[in-house]
Amino acid sequence: MSEAKKQEARKIPYVAAIKEGVREVLLEQDNSFVAGEDVAGAGGVFGHYGGLLQEFGPDRVYDTPISEKAIMGLGVGASATGCRPIVDIMFIDFIGECMDEIANQMAKMRYMFGGNATLPVTIITMSGGGLSMAAQHSQCLEAWLAHLPGVKVVCPSNAYDAKGMTIAAARDDNPVFVVFNKASLGMSMEVPEGAYEVPIGKAAICREGSDLTIVAISRMVHEAMAAADQLKDLGLDVEVIDARSVQPFDTETVIKSIKKTHRALIVHEAVKFGGIGGEISAQIQEQAFDYLDAPVMRVGAPFCPVPFSPVLEEIYIPNADTIVAKVKDTLEL
Amino acid sequence: MAKKIKAKKQAAKAPAAKNKKPAANNKKPAAKAKIAAARKKPAVKTTASRKSTPKKTRKRSGPSDQTLKELHLKMVRIRCFEEAGGQMMEDGKIPGALHLYVGEEAIAAGVMQHLSNEDQITSTHRGHGHLVAKGGEFKPMFAELLGRSTGYCGGKGGSMHISNLELGMLGANGIVGGGPPIAMGAAFSNKFRKTKNVTISFFGDGASNEGSVHEAANMAALYKLPCIFVCENNGYGEYTSQANHQAIVDVADRAAGYGMPGVIVDGMDVMAVYEAAGEAIERARNGGGPTLLECKTYRYYDHVGMRGMGMSYRTDEEVEAWRKRDAIAGFEQRLIELGVMNRKQVDSIYTRINNEIEEAIAYAFDSPHPEPHELLENVYCEKGA
Repeated sequence: MSEAKKQEARKIPYVAAIKEGVREVLLEQDNSFVAGEDVAGAGGVFGHYGGLLQEFGPDRVYDTPISEKAIMGLGVGASATGCRPIVDIMFIDFIGECMDEIANQMAKMRYMFGGNATLPVTIITMSGGGLSMAAQHSQCLEAWLAHLPGVKVVCPSNAYDAKGMTIAAARDDNPVFVVFNKASLGMSMEVPEGAYEVPIGKAAICREGSDLTIVAISRMVHEAMAAADQLKDLGLDVEVIDARSVQPFDTETVIKSIKKTHRALIVHEAVKFGGIGGEISAQIQEQAFDYLDAPVMRVGAPFCPVPFSPVLEEIYIPNADTIVAKVKDTLEL
Repeated sequence: MAKKIKAKKQAAKAPAAKNKKPAANNKKPAAKAKIAAARKKPAVKTTASRKSTPKKTRKRSGPSDQTLKELHLKMVRIRCFEEAGGQMMEDGKIPGALHLYVGEEAIAAGVMQHLSNEDQITSTHRGHGHLVAKGGEFKPMFAELLGRSTGYCGGKGGSMHISNLELGMLGANGIVGGGPPIAMGAAFSNKFRKTKNVTISFFGDGASNEGSVHEAANMAALYKLPCIFVCENNGYGEYTSQANHQAIVDVADRAAGYGMPGVIVDGMDVMAVYEAAGEAIERARNGGGPTLLECKTYRYYDHVGMRGMGMSYRTDEEVEAWRKRDAIAGFEQRLIELGVMNRKQVDSIYTRINNEIEEAIAYAFDSPHPEPHELLENVYCEKGA
C-alpha cells in the first residue's frame, strides 16, 4: 500500500471502491465521461456507478443502448479525438459483441497509424463466477484481451486495488481494461479517501514464503491465501503473489520469487487450457528453469462452460481446497 | 437523464425519409427485378429531402468558380493517384493489395469540400481517395503504400490503414464496417467538447449489412451526434452484387429505422453530392443530428487492383454504361460550358498533377525502409496523462 497517500483509510467494500475510483477520475479529468448500459439512471447493475449521474449530470454519465459495438466504438472514436472516456461493458462475456472494435481497432490503431493516434480509454467490465449466473455471465476472459498487443489488462483482487487501478487506468494514455470480479463486490478493506494509483504492470507480494510461490489472479488471490494457511500446517511456507495486471505481466517479480522458493503454482478462475497461466508457466520455465525443484503447477477451471447448477459451479471454480490438493499431489506431501 | 430523453424524442421526430417507403418486401421476386433494373440503369435521381434542384436553375447563384475548380481538382488528384498507384501494384512494385477508388471520386470530393481539418472522417479499405480529398499529400501517401518510414504511418499501416489525424482522417480500415462506430465516437467527442465539428463515416453497400453500422447509426441518432453516414453504394460487396447481398435497393431506406433522414444522391454527379452533403453537414453542425446519405456509384476496377473488364461477377456492358457517366469527364464538360475553365486549362491540371505524382513516387522509392527497432515501437503510448 506504499503508493497510497495514507489518508484516513476506512473500510469500504470493493463495489464502493470502484465508484470512488471513477468519481476521482471524473473530478480530475474534465474530458472524461462514463458511458455504458445502465450506468446512469440505474447507477450500474452492481451499483458501482451509483450517484455519479446525480453528482456529475447527464453530460458526464451516459446510459447507452444495449449496443456493445457502439459503446466500444464510442470509446475508440472519442479517445482518438481528445476525450478520456470510461466505457462499461457490463459483463466481460459480452466482449464477443465488440471484439472487432477491441481487437482490430482499439488495440491496433496507434501502431497502424505509426504512433500518431493516442487512445486514453478505460474499459470497465465484470468477470467471474460463483453467483449462479451460468455460462454467459460468469466467464473469466482476461486471456482473450491479454493476447492483444496494444491494450492493457488489470484484474484487481481487492477494494484498495479496485480504486487505485481504476485511477491508474484512467490516467494511462493507452486502452486499459479494468476487469473486476463480481463475486468480490462485497469484500471490504481499508481504502484511503482521495485519489491514488496502484501502478499497472506491478504484481504485489501478499504473503512472503520460502517453499512455494503461488501466482494468483483476481479473486483467486484470496483462495490462494487460504490455501497457504492450510499448507502451512503441512509444513510448506508459501509465498502468494497477486498478479494484479496480466498485460503487462510482472514477470520480474514472479521470477525473483521462484528463484527463492524453487516451486511455482499459478491459479486463475479462467479455463486452464489456453488461460494466462500457461503463459506464466512458460515464462517461468524460460527464465528460471534451473531454479525449479518441481514441475510448474497450474490450477484453473476445467475445460467446460460455467455451469448454472450451484452444486456443479462449486466444483467448477477453483478454491483453497483444490489448490491444496494440487500442491499435495504434485509435491507428494 | 432529462437531456437523454429529450434527445430521444427529437430523434424520433426527425424528418425520417418522408417520401420513402418502409424497407422493402424483401422476399418478393419483384424486389429483385427492381434491384436488377436499378443496377442496369445507373442514372439515379431520387432524393428524400434535398430542397435545391441542380442544373438549370444554377448559374451564378451556385457555388463559386473557385469551389467548382476545387471540386474538380480533388477528383483529378484522386483519379491520377489511383491510376498511378494501381499500376505500381500491378507491376509488383507495391507490396500487398490496393483497393482503388477510381469511379467514385465525386463522393470524396463533394463531401470533403465542406470540411476543415478539425472535422473528422473514417474511411474504408478503399480509402486513398478520402485521404487525398481530405488534404493528404502525395509524397507521404506513396511512401506509405511502399511501406517506407516517411509514409503517413511510418510504413506500419499501408494502404488499408493509411491515416492522418492532423487532417482529421481517422484511418482507412481493413475491416468492412470498422469505421462507423469510430466515426460515431468522434462525433460524440465533437459534441462533448462543444465544438461545431462534424464526423463523416464512409462505408459501402457491403458494410451496410454489418451490425456495427447499425449500432453506430442508432447511437448517433439517439444522441443527435454530428455524424454523417455516407454510403458509397457501388453495387458490390467485394465480388458479390448488391442484389445478392441485400434485399433492398436503397440503403438509405434504413435511415427511417435509425430515426434520421435518408437521402439518395447520384454519386457520379459531384455537384449533387456537394449539395446533399452540404445540407447534411450544415444540419449536423447546427445540432440537427445525423443523416444517412447514400451515393449511387460504381467501382471501375476490380475489388483489388486494376482489372476491370472480363470479370466473372459483372458484365463489361455494365462497366461501360457507368464509365459513360464518368463523374470527372462529365464535370469537366460542365465547367467548360459554364466558362469556368477551358480544355487547355483542364489538360494542364492533369499535366501538373501527374508531374507531382511522378515526383512523389520518386520520393517514396528514395525513402528509407523502417529500421528493425521500429518493429516494437508504438504498440503502446509511453507517457501518461
